Amino acid sequence: MIRAHESVIVQMLSRLLVPLVQLYAMFILFFGQYGPGGGFVGGVMFAASLILGMLVFGPETPSWNVATRLLKGDGVGLIIFVAVGGLCLIAGGEFLNYAEMEIPGLDTPSRRYLGIIMTQIGVAADVAVTAISIVYSLSAVQHNGGPDA
Amino acid sequence: MTFSLEMPLLILLILTAGGAILVKDLISAVFILGSYSFFLALVWAWLGAVDVAFVEAVVGAGLATVFFLLTLFGTASKDTRIRRPPPPIGALLGLPLLGLLLLYAANDLPQFGDPGSPASRHVSPFYLENSWDDSRTANVVTAVLMDYRAFDTLMETVVIFTAGIACALLLRKGHG
Repeated sequence: MIRAHESVIVQMLSRLLVPLVQLYAMFILFFGQYGPGGGFVGGVMFAASLILGMLVFGPETPSWNVATRLLKGDGVGLIIFVAVGGLCLIAGGEFLNYAEMEIPGLDTPSRRYLGIIMTQIGVAADVAVTAISIVYSLSAVQHNGGPDA
Repeated sequence: MTFSLEMPLLILLILTAGGAILVKDLISAVFILGSYSFFLALVWAWLGAVDVAFVEAVVGAGLATVFFLLTLFGTASKDTRIRRPPPPIGALLGLPLLGLLLLYAANDLPQFGDPGSPASRHVSPFYLENSWDDSRTANVVTAVLMDYRAFDTLMETVVIFTAGIACALLLRKGHG
């Protein structure tokens, strides 16, 4: 079972670190088209910040509640990814060929740019929720009365 | 690359990999494995694969360590019952021979960064030349992953989703 960490230093540092890591994760996610990074790393980093909050502050705290509420969105990222592909299908093109998305006022490169951003958000959401879900599952095992080390 | 950091890095890589296998205390093994991932990320960065280095540092050194530690807290953290049998004589003789054979074959691989190698002549020039004009994406790796090879990435996302669902099904029995 996960308990709150009692050290003041760890708590203070985590309180500083969690928002910073989240900010950096967003930067990595949306800067992935110009620099290293992208949806996968951004999602994992965002999940890591929430996991840090879960492990340090313990259950029934705001960060724990945010993380467990995110679990209800399991699969949303995948739906976003498939929906972008489906939009291209509906517009008469091939699956995941973003150039076929019918968005008025955008030339083809901008459509593909937009498609890349949206699928990256999908990947990030999927990866983040999965990482939090696995940590939550692992903590639930100990909750069920395994050897509480 | 002019700086001679590669040899110490590779030696540290082998040392940490061996240490993670040989150490008795499983918590130390997890931390040594984390440092192994960190050194591996440095090696990727040194080779110029910055995106891979990023993933390795975040997933290998960060997330996997947390998963291992949480698993260890749910079980026993000492590796006491597993007695390692001595390696069979065939493996002891055969594997070094195989390694020598692979080293011999590695001589014929193209030089690192060789512009004439098959890998840099086949499709990568197309990506490098067209990714900006096609999709306004400066990072070619992102363009390949999310646009040219988006279907592969979709299937990868499905795999990750399946892993999360499987963990929830196996571990959260009767727990919501």
